[in-house]
Amino acid sequence: MQEPSDQLPSDKGITPSQTVGPYFKYGLTPGSQYDWNDAFGNNLVTPDTTGERIRIEGRVFDGDGQVVPDCMLEIWQADAQGRFSDPQDKRALPNSSFKGFGRIGTDANGGYAFDTIKPGSMPDPDGKPQAPHILLAVFARGMLLHLYTRIYLDGEAGNAADPVLALVPADRRATLIAERQPGNAGAVYRLDIHLQGDNETVFFEV
Amino acid sequence: MTLSYPIESLTAHPPRLSPGYKSTVKRSPSKPLIIMRHTLSELTGPVYGHETVRENDSDLTTQHKGEPLGERIIVHGHVFDEDGRGVPNTLLEIWQANACGRYVHVVDQHPAPLDPNFTGAGRAQTDAQGYYKFVTVKPGAYPWGNHHNAWRPAHIHFSVFGPAFISRLVTQMYFPGDPLFEFDPIFNSVTDEKARFRMVSSFDLENTRPEWALCYRFNIVLRGRGATPMETK
Repeated sequence: MQEPSDQLPSDKGITPSQTVGPYFKYGLTPGSQYDWNDAFGNNLVTPDTTGERIRIEGRVFDGDGQVVPDCMLEIWQADAQGRFSDPQDKRALPNSSFKGFGRIGTDANGGYAFDTIKPGSMPDPDGKPQAPHILLAVFARGMLLHLYTRIYLDGEAGNAADPVLALVPADRRATLIAERQPGNAGAVYRLDIHLQGDNETVFFEV
Repeated sequence: MTLSYPIESLTAHPPRLSPGYKSTVKRSPSKPLIIMRHTLSELTGPVYGHETVRENDSDLTTQHKGEPLGERIIVHGHVFDEDGRGVPNTLLEIWQANACGRYVHVVDQHPAPLDPNFTGAGRAQTDAQGYYKFVTVKPGAYPWGNHHNAWRPAHIHFSVFGPAFISRLVTQMYFPGDPLFEFDPIFNSVTDEKARFRMVSSFDLENTRPEWALCYRFNIVLRGRGATPMETK
Protein backbone atom coordinates (compact mmCIF):
# COMPACT_ATOMS: atom_id res chain seq x y z
CA MET A 1 0.00 0.00 0.00
CA GLN A 2 1.47 3.29 -1.06
CA GLU A 3 0.64 6.56 0.62
CA PRO A 4 0.67 9.92 -1.06
CA SER A 5 3.40 12.20 0.25
CA ASP A 6 0.90 14.73 1.49
CA GLN A 7 1.91 14.70 5.10
CA LEU A 8 4.81 17.09 5.38
CA PRO A 9 4.66 18.57 8.86
CA SER A 10 3.05 21.98 8.70
CA ASP A 11 5.90 23.63 10.53
CA LYS A 12 9.27 23.73 8.85
CA GLY A 13 12.27 22.13 10.42
CA ILE A 14 14.07 18.88 10.76
CA THR A 15 13.31 16.04 13.13
CA PRO A 16 15.38 16.54 16.28
CA SER A 17 18.01 14.06 17.35
CA GLN A 18 17.73 11.91 20.46
CA THR A 19 20.31 9.74 22.15
CA VAL A 20 21.10 6.30 20.78
CA GLY A 21 20.70 5.15 24.40
CA PRO A 22 22.29 2.14 26.10
CA TYR A 23 20.41 -0.59 24.25
CA PHE A 24 21.37 -0.14 20.61
CA LYS A 25 23.65 -3.17 20.36
CA TYR A 26 21.14 -5.75 19.29
CA GLY A 27 19.66 -3.39 16.74
CA LEU A 28 22.61 -1.58 15.22
CA THR A 29 26.06 -2.94 15.85
CA PRO A 30 27.71 -6.19 14.84
CA GLY A 31 29.87 -8.48 16.90
CA SER A 32 27.68 -8.80 19.95
CA GLN A 33 25.80 -11.77 21.30
CA TYR A 34 22.82 -10.84 19.19
CA ASP A 35 22.66 -12.43 15.79
CA TRP A 36 20.38 -9.85 14.25
CA ASN A 37 22.62 -7.24 12.74
CA ASP A 38 24.93 -8.48 10.05
CA ALA A 39 24.54 -5.49 7.79
CA PHE A 40 27.43 -3.46 9.09
CA GLY A 41 30.82 -4.17 10.53
CA ASN A 42 34.22 -2.78 11.33
CA ASN A 43 36.04 -4.45 8.47
CA LEU A 44 35.59 -2.35 5.36
CA VAL A 45 37.97 -4.32 3.18
CA THR A 46 36.36 -6.40 0.45
CA PRO A 47 38.25 -8.97 -1.65
CA ASP A 48 38.63 -6.58 -4.57
CA THR A 49 39.59 -3.51 -2.55
CA THR A 50 42.85 -1.98 -3.62
CA GLY A 51 44.99 0.20 -1.41
CA GLU A 52 47.15 0.00 1.67
CA ARG A 53 45.49 -1.97 4.45
CA ILE A 54 45.40 -0.11 7.71
CA ARG A 55 43.88 -0.66 11.12
CA ILE A 56 42.67 2.24 13.23
CA GLU A 57 42.13 1.53 16.88
CA GLY A 58 41.71 3.40 20.12
CA ARG A 59 39.49 3.98 23.09
CA VAL A 60 36.73 6.44 23.95
CA PHE A 61 36.81 8.45 27.19
CA ASP A 62 34.37 10.76 28.96
CA GLY A 63 35.07 14.00 30.81
CA ASP A 64 36.21 12.15 33.93
CA GLY A 65 38.68 10.08 31.95
CA GLN A 66 36.46 7.02 32.32
CA VAL A 67 36.14 4.70 29.37
CA VAL A 68 32.88 4.77 27.42
CA PRO A 69 31.84 1.14 26.92
CA ASP A 70 28.48 1.90 25.32
CA CYS A 71 29.54 4.05 22.42
CA MET A 72 28.78 3.50 18.73
CA LEU A 73 31.29 4.73 16.16
CA GLU A 74 30.67 5.12 12.44
CA ILE A 75 33.23 5.97 9.79
CA TRP A 76 32.88 7.19 6.22
CA GLN A 77 35.78 7.46 3.84
CA ALA A 78 36.97 7.53 0.26
CA ASP A 79 38.73 4.67 -1.49
CA ALA A 80 42.47 4.60 -2.14
CA GLN A 81 42.01 6.89 -5.14
CA GLY A 82 40.08 9.44 -3.09
CA ARG A 83 36.67 8.56 -4.57
CA PHE A 84 33.45 7.96 -2.66
CA SER A 85 31.14 5.02 -3.19
CA ASP A 86 28.22 7.35 -3.79
CA PRO A 87 26.82 8.47 -7.16
CA GLN A 88 26.78 12.01 -5.78
CA ASP A 89 30.55 11.98 -6.22
CA LYS A 90 30.49 12.88 -9.90
CA ARG A 91 34.21 12.60 -10.53
CA ALA A 92 34.56 8.87 -11.05
CA LEU A 93 33.05 5.76 -9.64
CA PRO A 94 35.10 3.46 -7.45
CA ASN A 95 36.30 0.36 -9.22
CA SER A 96 35.56 -2.05 -6.39
CA SER A 97 32.86 -3.07 -3.98
CA PHE A 98 34.50 -0.96 -1.27
CA LYS A 99 31.66 0.93 0.39
CA GLY A 100 33.65 3.16 2.70
CA PHE A 101 31.26 2.85 5.65
CA GLY A 102 31.90 1.06 8.94
CA ARG A 103 30.24 0.77 12.32
CA ILE A 104 31.29 -0.69 15.67
CA GLY A 105 30.22 -0.56 19.30
CA THR A 106 32.97 0.02 21.86
CA ASP A 107 33.91 -2.90 24.10
CA ALA A 108 33.95 -3.03 27.90
CA ASN A 109 37.23 -1.08 27.91
CA GLY A 110 35.93 1.61 25.59
CA GLY A 111 37.96 0.10 22.77
CA TYR A 112 37.26 0.12 19.06
CA ALA A 113 39.03 -0.90 15.87
CA PHE A 114 38.38 -0.53 12.16
CA ASP A 115 40.15 -2.50 9.43
CA THR A 116 40.15 -0.49 6.26
CA ILE A 117 42.41 1.04 3.63
CA LYS A 118 44.22 4.31 3.58
CA PRO A 119 41.97 6.74 1.71
CA GLY A 120 43.35 8.82 -1.10
CA SER A 121 43.59 12.56 -1.18
CA MET A 122 40.65 14.51 -2.58
CA PRO A 123 39.90 18.13 -3.38
CA ASP A 124 38.17 20.62 -1.10
CA PRO A 125 35.51 22.95 -2.59
CA ASP A 126 38.24 25.24 -3.92
CA GLY A 127 40.09 22.39 -5.55
CA LYS A 128 42.85 22.37 -2.94
CA PRO A 129 43.94 18.89 -1.91
CA GLN A 130 42.74 17.51 1.39
CA ALA A 131 45.05 15.10 3.14
CA PRO A 132 43.78 11.52 3.53
CA HIS A 133 41.15 11.53 6.24
CA ILE A 134 38.24 9.49 7.55
CA LEU A 135 35.05 10.98 8.94
CA LEU A 136 34.03 9.68 12.34
CA ALA A 137 30.62 10.03 13.96
CA VAL A 138 30.33 9.31 17.69
CA PHE A 139 27.04 8.18 19.28
CA ALA A 140 26.42 7.14 22.90
CA ARG A 141 24.08 7.12 25.83
CA GLY A 142 24.36 10.62 27.27
CA MET A 143 24.85 12.12 23.81
CA LEU A 144 21.65 13.69 22.56
CA LEU A 145 23.22 14.44 19.20
CA HIS A 146 26.16 12.60 17.67
CA LEU A 147 29.49 14.34 17.23
CA TYR A 148 31.53 14.54 14.03
CA THR A 149 35.28 14.50 13.90
CA ARG A 150 37.97 13.54 11.40
CA ILE A 151 40.76 11.00 11.60
CA TYR A 152 43.99 12.05 9.90
CA LEU A 153 47.02 9.80 9.64
CA ASP A 154 50.37 10.45 11.23
CA GLY A 155 53.20 11.14 8.79
CA GLU A 156 51.10 12.10 5.77
CA ALA A 157 52.81 14.76 3.70
CA GLY A 158 49.47 16.42 2.97
CA ASN A 159 48.62 17.12 6.61
CA ALA A 160 50.64 20.35 6.74
CA ALA A 161 48.60 21.96 3.95
CA ASP A 162 45.22 20.40 4.73
CA PRO A 163 42.57 23.16 4.68
CA VAL A 164 40.46 21.62 7.46
CA LEU A 165 43.35 20.90 9.81
CA ALA A 166 44.36 24.52 9.24
CA LEU A 167 41.10 25.65 10.88
CA VAL A 168 42.06 23.87 14.08
CA PRO A 169 44.18 25.64 16.70
CA ALA A 170 47.69 24.21 16.42
CA ASP A 171 47.73 22.95 19.99
CA ARG A 172 44.62 20.83 19.40
CA ARG A 173 45.49 19.33 16.01
CA ALA A 174 47.07 16.26 17.55
CA THR A 175 43.64 15.14 18.75
CA LEU A 176 42.76 14.47 15.10
CA ILE A 177 45.91 12.65 14.01
CA ALA A 178 46.10 8.90 14.54
CA GLU A 179 49.56 7.80 15.65
CA ARG A 180 51.36 5.17 13.63
CA GLN A 181 52.19 2.26 15.91
CA PRO A 182 55.58 0.58 15.82
CA GLY A 183 55.78 -3.04 14.82
CA ASN A 184 55.62 -5.19 11.73
CA ALA A 185 52.07 -6.46 11.94
CA GLY A 186 50.89 -4.12 9.22
CA ALA A 187 49.99 -0.46 9.45
CA VAL A 188 48.24 0.19 12.76
CA TYR A 189 47.20 3.68 13.78
CA ARG A 190 45.97 4.65 17.21
CA LEU A 191 43.56 7.44 18.07
CA ASP A 192 41.75 7.88 21.36
CA ILE A 193 38.57 9.93 21.46
CA HIS A 194 38.02 12.25 24.42
CA LEU A 195 34.46 13.53 24.58
CA GLN A 196 35.34 16.28 27.06
CA GLY A 197 38.21 17.70 29.10
CA ASP A 198 41.80 18.79 28.73
CA ASN A 199 42.54 16.41 25.87
CA GLU A 200 39.12 16.92 24.30
CA THR A 201 38.96 15.76 20.71
CA VAL A 202 38.27 18.49 18.19
CA PHE A 203 34.72 18.12 16.94
CA PHE A 204 33.26 19.87 13.92
CA GLU A 205 29.93 21.63 13.53
CA VAL A 206 28.98 20.34 10.12
CA MET B 1 20.56 16.45 -7.22
CA THR B 2 23.16 17.69 -4.84
CA LEU B 3 21.72 19.14 -1.68
CA SER B 4 23.14 21.72 0.66
CA TYR B 5 23.07 21.39 4.42
CA PRO B 6 22.88 24.76 6.16
CA ILE B 7 23.96 24.50 9.77
CA GLU B 8 21.06 26.76 10.81
CA SER B 9 18.86 23.67 10.57
CA LEU B 10 20.76 22.16 13.49
CA THR B 11 18.98 24.51 15.91
CA ALA B 12 16.14 21.96 16.07
CA HIS B 13 18.43 19.56 17.92
CA PRO B 14 18.76 19.44 21.70
CA PRO B 15 21.78 21.11 23.27
CA ARG B 16 24.43 18.47 23.85
CA LEU B 17 24.74 19.52 27.48
CA SER B 18 21.25 19.07 28.96
CA PRO B 19 21.88 18.62 32.71
CA GLY B 20 18.38 17.28 33.36
CA TYR B 21 19.62 14.22 31.48
CA LYS B 22 22.52 13.50 33.79
CA SER B 23 24.65 11.40 31.49
CA THR B 24 25.16 14.40 29.21
CA VAL B 25 27.24 16.18 31.85
CA LYS B 26 30.43 14.19 31.22
CA ARG B 27 29.71 13.20 27.64
CA SER B 28 29.32 16.57 25.97
CA PRO B 29 32.22 18.64 24.67
CA SER B 30 33.29 21.66 26.71
CA LYS B 31 35.21 23.36 23.92
CA PRO B 32 33.53 25.06 20.97
CA LEU B 33 32.95 22.97 17.87
CA ILE B 34 34.82 24.12 14.79
CA ILE B 35 32.74 25.29 11.88
CA MET B 36 33.97 24.28 8.46
CA ARG B 37 32.80 24.25 4.87
CA HIS B 38 31.38 20.99 3.70
CA THR B 39 33.62 18.99 1.40
CA LEU B 40 32.90 15.84 -0.59
CA SER B 41 33.48 13.82 2.59
CA GLU B 42 30.57 15.50 4.33
CA LEU B 43 28.29 15.75 1.28
CA THR B 44 28.40 12.11 0.27
CA GLY B 45 27.22 9.12 2.24
CA PRO B 46 26.88 5.36 2.22
CA VAL B 47 24.40 3.83 -0.18
CA TYR B 48 22.68 0.66 0.98
CA GLY B 49 20.35 -1.21 -1.28
CA HIS B 50 18.02 -4.12 -1.15
CA GLU B 51 20.84 -6.51 -0.29
CA THR B 52 20.88 -4.97 3.19
CA VAL B 53 17.18 -5.34 3.90
CA ARG B 54 15.60 -8.76 3.81
CA GLU B 55 11.97 -9.31 2.96
CA ASN B 56 10.73 -9.65 6.53
CA ASP B 57 13.08 -7.28 8.30
CA SER B 58 10.38 -4.64 8.57
CA ASP B 59 7.90 -6.93 10.34
CA LEU B 60 9.02 -7.37 13.94
CA THR B 61 6.07 -9.67 14.69
CA THR B 62 7.19 -12.49 12.39
CA GLN B 63 10.83 -12.96 13.37
CA HIS B 64 10.21 -15.88 15.71
CA LYS B 65 8.16 -19.07 15.87
CA GLY B 66 5.23 -17.45 17.58
CA GLU B 67 3.71 -14.01 17.66
CA PRO B 68 4.89 -11.52 20.27
CA LEU B 69 2.55 -10.42 23.01
CA GLY B 70 1.28 -6.87 23.01
CA GLU B 71 -0.67 -4.47 20.89
CA ARG B 72 0.20 -5.01 17.22
CA ILE B 73 0.75 -1.74 15.39
CA ILE B 74 1.73 -0.41 11.98
CA VAL B 75 4.25 2.44 12.01
CA HIS B 76 4.66 4.14 8.67
CA GLY B 77 5.41 7.46 7.09
CA HIS B 78 7.78 9.29 4.81
CA VAL B 79 11.34 10.43 5.08
CA PHE B 80 11.53 13.95 3.69
CA ASP B 81 14.26 16.47 3.11
CA GLU B 82 13.80 20.06 4.23
CA ASP B 83 12.13 20.99 0.96
CA GLY B 84 9.51 18.29 1.43
CA ARG B 85 10.91 15.93 -1.16
CA GLY B 86 10.77 12.26 -0.27
CA VAL B 87 14.19 10.75 0.39
CA PRO B 88 14.23 7.60 -1.75
CA ASN B 89 15.93 4.26 -1.07
CA THR B 90 17.33 5.21 2.28
CA LEU B 91 17.86 2.80 5.13
CA LEU B 92 15.92 2.97 8.40
CA GLU B 93 16.82 0.85 11.39
CA ILE B 94 14.63 0.61 14.49
CA TRP B 95 14.97 -1.00 17.88
CA GLN B 96 12.63 -0.95 20.84
CA ALA B 97 11.49 -2.48 24.12
CA ASN B 98 8.82 -5.15 24.10
CA ALA B 99 5.22 -4.56 25.17
CA CYS B 100 6.28 -4.84 28.82
CA GLY B 101 8.98 -2.20 28.54
CA ARG B 102 11.89 -4.64 28.47
CA TYR B 103 14.76 -4.65 25.99
CA VAL B 104 16.44 -7.86 24.89
CA HIS B 105 19.76 -6.16 25.70
CA VAL B 106 21.74 -7.89 28.46
CA VAL B 107 22.25 -4.59 30.31
CA ASP B 108 18.50 -4.08 30.76
CA GLN B 109 17.71 -5.25 34.29
CA HIS B 110 14.14 -3.97 34.45
CA PRO B 111 12.17 -6.79 36.15
CA ALA B 112 9.63 -7.10 33.37
CA PRO B 113 9.34 -10.25 31.30
CA LEU B 114 11.22 -10.88 28.10
CA ASP B 115 9.17 -12.18 25.21
CA PRO B 116 10.74 -15.16 23.42
CA ASN B 117 8.88 -14.11 20.30
CA PHE B 118 10.15 -10.55 20.18
CA THR B 119 13.65 -9.23 19.51
CA GLY B 120 12.63 -5.66 18.81
CA ALA B 121 14.95 -4.81 15.93
CA GLY B 122 13.95 -4.06 12.36
CA ARG B 123 15.14 -2.57 9.09
CA ALA B 124 13.38 -1.03 6.13
CA GLN B 125 14.25 0.96 3.08
CA THR B 126 12.20 3.85 1.77
CA ASP B 127 10.69 3.46 -1.67
CA ALA B 128 11.11 5.91 -4.54
CA GLN B 129 8.77 8.38 -2.81
CA GLY B 130 10.47 8.15 0.57
CA TYR B 131 7.73 5.95 2.07
CA TYR B 132 8.48 3.26 4.68
CA LYS B 133 6.44 0.89 6.81
CA PHE B 134 7.06 -1.30 9.86
CA VAL B 135 4.83 -3.75 11.68
CA THR B 136 5.63 -4.21 15.37
CA VAL B 137 4.06 -4.13 18.82
CA LYS B 138 3.61 -1.03 20.90
CA PRO B 139 6.56 -0.76 23.32
CA GLY B 140 5.95 -0.30 27.03
CA ALA B 141 7.23 2.51 29.22
CA TYR B 142 10.13 1.57 31.46
CA PRO B 143 11.97 2.96 34.48
CA TRP B 144 15.51 4.29 34.33
CA GLY B 145 17.99 5.58 36.85
CA ASN B 146 18.23 9.23 35.92
CA HIS B 147 16.28 10.51 38.93
CA HIS B 148 13.76 9.26 41.48
CA ASN B 149 10.85 7.50 39.80
CA ALA B 150 12.09 8.25 36.31
CA TRP B 151 10.18 6.53 33.49
CA ARG B 152 10.79 6.81 29.78
CA PRO B 153 7.69 7.47 27.69
CA ALA B 154 7.07 4.63 25.23
CA HIS B 155 9.29 5.12 22.20
CA ILE B 156 10.82 3.41 19.20
CA HIS B 157 14.45 4.24 18.35
CA PHE B 158 15.02 5.23 14.72
CA SER B 159 18.30 5.39 12.85
CA VAL B 160 18.15 6.98 9.39
CA PHE B 161 20.86 7.63 6.81
CA GLY B 162 19.64 10.07 4.18
CA PRO B 163 21.75 11.29 1.27
CA ALA B 164 24.91 12.40 3.08
CA PHE B 165 27.01 11.46 6.09
CA ILE B 166 25.84 14.72 7.67
CA SER B 167 22.15 13.95 7.08
CA ARG B 168 22.52 11.00 9.46
CA LEU B 169 19.88 11.02 12.18
CA VAL B 170 19.30 8.92 15.28
CA THR B 171 16.08 9.83 17.06
CA GLN B 172 13.17 8.38 19.00
CA MET B 173 9.54 8.19 17.92
CA TYR B 174 7.01 8.81 20.65
CA PHE B 175 3.28 8.06 20.84
CA PRO B 176 0.65 10.79 20.99
CA GLY B 177 -0.77 11.82 24.34
CA ASP B 178 1.79 10.08 26.54
CA PRO B 179 1.36 11.28 30.14
CA LEU B 180 5.11 10.87 30.73
CA PHE B 181 6.12 13.58 28.26
CA GLU B 182 6.33 16.38 30.77
CA PHE B 183 8.56 14.38 33.13
CA ASP B 184 11.09 13.04 30.64
CA PRO B 185 14.38 14.96 30.36
CA ILE B 186 15.34 13.26 27.10
CA PHE B 187 12.12 14.25 25.33
CA ASN B 188 12.32 17.73 26.86
CA SER B 189 15.97 18.20 25.92
CA VAL B 190 14.52 19.52 22.66
CA THR B 191 13.76 23.01 23.88
CA ASP B 192 11.59 24.20 21.00
CA GLU B 193 8.09 22.86 21.47
CA LYS B 194 7.26 22.58 17.78
CA ALA B 195 10.48 20.70 17.16
CA ARG B 196 9.82 18.48 20.15
CA PHE B 197 6.43 17.42 18.85
CA ARG B 198 7.93 16.52 15.50
CA MET B 199 9.17 13.43 17.36
CA VAL B 200 5.61 12.42 18.25
CA SER B 201 3.79 10.16 15.82
CA SER B 202 0.15 10.74 14.99
CA PHE B 203 -2.61 8.20 15.33
CA ASP B 204 -3.62 7.20 11.82
CA LEU B 205 -7.13 5.78 11.91
CA GLU B 206 -7.41 5.76 8.15
CA ASN B 207 -4.58 3.28 7.79
CA THR B 208 -5.42 0.98 10.65
CA ARG B 209 -6.22 -2.54 9.50
CA PRO B 210 -9.65 -3.46 10.84
CA GLU B 211 -9.64 -6.53 13.05
CA TRP B 212 -5.84 -6.58 12.97
CA ALA B 213 -3.72 -3.54 13.94
CA LEU B 214 -3.79 0.14 14.83
CA CYS B 215 -1.61 2.51 12.88
CA TYR B 216 0.69 5.42 13.70
CA ARG B 217 2.25 7.81 11.21
CA PHE B 218 5.74 9.13 11.78
CA ASN B 219 7.23 11.43 9.19
CA ILE B 220 10.91 12.20 9.48
CA VAL B 221 12.52 15.35 8.11
CA LEU B 222 16.25 15.11 7.46
CA ARG B 223 18.68 17.89 6.71
CA GLY B 224 19.09 18.83 3.08
CA ARG B 225 17.81 21.62 0.85
CA GLY B 226 17.97 22.25 -2.85
CA ALA B 227 21.34 23.80 -3.51
CA THR B 228 21.19 27.42 -4.61
CA PRO B 229 23.05 27.66 -7.89
CA MET B 230 24.24 31.24 -7.31
CA GLU B 231 25.58 30.57 -3.84
CA THR B 232 29.06 31.96 -3.45
CA LYS B 233 31.46 31.38 -0.66
